[in-house]
Amino acid sequence: MNQFQYVRPTKQQAAIEAVAKDATATFIAGGTNLVDLMKRGVMTPQKLVDINRLPLTRIDADPGKLRIGALALNSTVADDKQVRARQPLLALALNAGASAQLRNMATVGGNMLQRTRCSYFYDTTMPCNKREPGTGCGALEGINRMHAIFGFSDKCIAVHPSDMSVALVALDATVQVSGPKGNRSIPFAELHRLPGDMPQKDTTLEPGELITAVDVPDGPFTKHVHYQKVRERASYAFALLSVAAALDLDSNNIIKAARLAMGGVAHKPWRLTAAEQALVGKPATEETFRQAATVAMQGAKAFKHNAYKLQLGPNTIIQALKTAASAA
Amino acid sequence: MNEQPKPKKQIGAPMNRVDARQKVTGAATYSAEYQLPNMTYAVLVGSTVTKGRLTGIDTKAAERAPGVLAVITHLNAPKPPSPKPEGKDPSQPQTQGNPLQVFNDDKIRFNDQPIAVVVADSWERARYAAGLVQAQYAKEAHQTNLEANADKAFLPTAAKKNPKHPMNDYQRGQVDAYKTGAVKLESEYVIPTEVHHPMELQAITAHWEAPDRLTLYDKTQGTLATRRDFAKQWNLPEENVKVIATYVGGAFGNALHSWPHESAAILAAKVVNRPVKLMLTREQMFTMVGYRPYTWQKLGMSATPDGKITGITHESIGQTSTYEEFTEATLAQTRMMYQSPNVTTRYRLAALDIGSPIWMRGPGEATGAFALESAMDEMAYLLNLDPLEFRLRNYTDEDPEKNKPWSTKFLKECYKLGADRIGWSKRQLKPGSLRDGDWLIGYGMGVGTFGAHRGAATVGAQLLPNGTVLLQCATTDIGPGTGTAMTQIAADTLGISPDKIKFELGNSSFPKAVTQGGSSTVNSVGPATQEACLALKDKLRTLAGAAFSTAKAEDITFEGGQTVMRNDANGKLPLQIGLRNNPSVKVSYSDILRQNGQQNVSATVEAKPGGEGQKYSMYSFSVHFAEVRVHQLTGEVRVSKLVSCADAGTIVNEKTAGNQMKGGAVGGIGMALMEHARIDDRFGRYVTKDFADYHVPVHADSPAVEVAFVNQPDPHVNALGTKGIGEIAIIGVAPAIANAVFNATGKRIRELPITPDKLI
Ligand SMILES: Cc1cc2nc3c(=O)[nH]c(=O)nc-3n(C[C@H](O)[C@H](O)[C@H](O)COP(=O)(O)OP(=O)(O)OC[C@H]3O[C@@H](n4cnc5c(N)ncnc54)[C@H](O)[C@@H]3O)c2cc1C
Ligand code: SF4
Repeated sequence: MNQFQYVRPTKQQAAIEAVAKDATATFIAGGTNLVDLMKRGVMTPQKLVDINRLPLTRIDADPGKLRIGALALNSTVADDKQVRARQPLLALALNAGASAQLRNMATVGGNMLQRTRCSYFYDTTMPCNKREPGTGCGALEGINRMHAIFGFSDKCIAVHPSDMSVALVALDATVQVSGPKGNRSIPFAELHRLPGDMPQKDTTLEPGELITAVDVPDGPFTKHVHYQKVRERASYAFALLSVAAALDLDSNNIIKAARLAMGGVAHKPWRLTAAEQALVGKPATEETFRQAATVAMQGAKAFKHNAYKLQLGPNTIIQALKTAASAA
Repeated sequence: MNEQPKPKKQIGAPMNRVDARQKVTGAATYSAEYQLPNMTYAVLVGSTVTKGRLTGIDTKAAERAPGVLAVITHLNAPKPPSPKPEGKDPSQPQTQGNPLQVFNDDKIRFNDQPIAVVVADSWERARYAAGLVQAQYAKEAHQTNLEANADKAFLPTAAKKNPKHPMNDYQRGQVDAYKTGAVKLESEYVIPTEVHHPMELQAITAHWEAPDRLTLYDKTQGTLATRRDFAKQWNLPEENVKVIATYVGGAFGNALHSWPHESAAILAAKVVNRPVKLMLTREQMFTMVGYRPYTWQKLGMSATPDGKITGITHESIGQTSTYEEFTEATLAQTRMMYQSPNVTTRYRLAALDIGSPIWMRGPGEATGAFALESAMDEMAYLLNLDPLEFRLRNYTDEDPEKNKPWSTKFLKECYKLGADRIGWSKRQLKPGSLRDGDWLIGYGMGVGTFGAHRGAATVGAQLLPNGTVLLQCATTDIGPGTGTAMTQIAADTLGISPDKIKFELGNSSFPKAVTQGGSSTVNSVGPATQEACLALKDKLRTLAGAAFSTAKAEDITFEGGQTVMRNDANGKLPLQIGLRNNPSVKVSYSDILRQNGQQNVSATVEAKPGGEGQKYSMYSFSVHFAEVRVHQLTGEVRVSKLVSCADAGTIVNEKTAGNQMKGGAVGGIGMALMEHARIDDRFGRYVTKDFADYHVPVHADSPAVEVAFVNQPDPHVNALGTKGIGEIAIIGVAPAIANAVFNATGKRIRELPITPDKLI
């Protein structure tokens, strides 16, 4: 672990400036991801700007939307009455992540900005373009079981590991950001980026930009929702692949609106808009789900060790939709 | 006259662990927790290449870092006087060759091999400085893939040298007879590398108390084996080396060998002339303290249409390192479990550029049982027979390998117990017949066996002035509850309450005993405890006076400490010796000591096996029944029920024995469904480096495991009737689950672990 400075500002502006002015500085929230990466020498910030004294923990139940503070804990959000009533999909996704202990430390802002779990990224002796641009992608021809089937580049085939983000992208959330140039909102689907030629850049945030909150608009998805996470053990494992599904059904079981997103398949949470459209207006039956799953998988491409995702993807979509449709 | 109160029998009782309180309150001291004055801390630097030579190593920056006391590499390491101990001691693991000597030369033999150790005044400073060491290498092409090297597999050297060595090819009847059988199968099985990963990390505190006196607080399963290894390495008399392992936080076999980090800590302590503490990281636990070797197996089997096995051929290739030949009994179960006139086994090794393996719980047998017990299920399916019925048709009433009677074998009773509890009658012959919505349900079974080993052990027993008894033995307790079981045995033998007895272990200065491994501790130390207590009683009655020394042994009562319930009183019985037919004659232990002017009475007794092993084949047996649910879309497997039944002889403590079985079953779930240490062969480096990548079961993966014991004493292994539990707890679990998955899905997975990708 390298040596670093540590500051804990109480003013948002001071925190932003501290990071904006110093290319080697970084925010720290729960630290459950950053500290691990620092211990392994994957991230070597010279200065840690602890944001835990900023007043960003509130969950505001506004008319039409929930505004969740960036420092709200994963466990707090998952247990929040308003969240459970208005956005049950988000609560399900949060509870599918990590362990109770970690959820008690992890923040909403930190969760969406957690970095990939690619083993090559984590091992500083291995090539990795994300960690050290230009060294090559260790996973491309390596053990790429956990890797992407959508949106990758020949520079990086990593996946974004967050469960919460899969629900947030499905729910059309918006990220509130404050930076050296002022405040802005980013549609959740535009927060994370594809690797392209710059896999070192996970998101579209500018240096010094602080996430202050995430807004989740109210919608009709309060009942028929499901987060299906497939993993190698029953709990406490990252997803091989996951699906967030939300349906709005009429009294004849016809789908009025649908939301669908996948995790563990791309460098960002993967919204499946074409598949959503394929669902709307159709009866909520396995056949409909199967067709949507086929649409969803168009363009998927596998590597040596992750071909199973081409089958697991549609299967998990079907299962998620079936469970969502039958949720009482 | 009052009825003589009957002391409660302790053997068999579910007594709480004697050290439970210390363990759960944190009072128990593990090897990394000893605080010695002047302590220093060491961190290892590992090679980042897999094979080659160190051409340069720059330690300047590390040496200048704050708090650093020494940076030791092959360039400046003092050479222990005996750098190449022979690895052939029979109590050593079955390795041929030389355990790795750290910092002895510039050669790199595996990735993460220690190339330097940094010693500093705090652990953090040592770790920081370790990151500053820079090495240059001349890389050479390496081999870390077993399949790619299968053509170079060889018969272990020990077998080549000695035709009687058990690793030689085995033949009964015709060679490869299965090939001409009426109904036959031939299948290949793979188990990947699995790593022990006990909760406690490997750690040692090394202290040279004088230039020729060494004390080690070390995580080891054998205080005496560790003492012998390092006494030899440093050319010291054994009594000058003391090894303390009072508490061991699990080991599963990885503390059965002397490892590079131990040598490094001892060297470092010599250099800085202060005590050195060295604890491995979880990442280092993958690379340098052994693992269950990646093993390829092929099993051919034939049977008559009515289900009599006519031939089995079982071949295996296990991985080992380039500097030690590690062998294990992968093929043992195949030779003795089922009747078959023709059996062939062939055991081979492939030497790879990787650290040495070491026995991991249920060692080779668990690996071999995956192939054998899967093949049994495959054959039963081909024959359209219930797999339990198929096993019964091939049951052996005597050992077909050694042609000897079993000392005891109650496996049929285990089958019955287990089948009833799992609800085996629900099982359908046709796979995929049972379901609950999208979950397919299946049932499977797997059998395990392990030799009922017993070695020589000595226990010292002392009666102290306060009337309590202190027992001591050098054996260790890595978690099964050895101290607890021994206390129970002593309580019954002495007739006094367990809370008046203290059993101390984990110290090489105590009387000699076996290493804790191979399910042999209770078999060996149990009788020694019993005999030491008997000897103590004998001395006591001699000292107690003429009334006792002349009385018949069976007329003498030893008692005390128990709470006595009588009409008139509720009190503790004093520790005393008495006469059965004359309750008024009694002498308390403290009076005996006083009258004889003695501080204590002691007896040290060695107990060892006799010729029983010549007459009988002695094994523990187990059968595991699994009910699994497999999701037909996502391929997830959940073990919904697991029943483990064992014929392990006398059960000394129902609770700790049950706990062993449950732990083994959970280990088996890990083996079947998730454990997989993966190497990227291009780099020779593990890509699974922590518990986020290397999965072991969590609570949600473990159903409530039901355990049943036949609990029939084996009169031949020892006087207690025990046979050993630790290994049979896991042997056969993985195939039970794999067979249940087949029964649920019709998919036969022959390469562990059974992850969702293999089932969709
Ligand atoms: C063993 C283990 C298992 C896990 N399993 C799962 C799982 O199954 N599913 C899952 O989704 N997650 C899992 N996680 C990841 C966990 O969810 C994240 O570590 C956690 O959410 C990160 O939150 P944090 O507050 O601790 O972030 P930190 O570690 O503090 O920060 C993470 C990153 O975000 C940046 N950051 C934090 N807050 C802000 C902000 N407000 N504005 C700008 N930048 C910010 C930091 O600079 C840093 O780069 C697991 C983690 C571990 C250790
Ligand atoms: S996939 Fe991305 S993170 Fe992984 S090795 Fe390649 S570049 Fe690095």
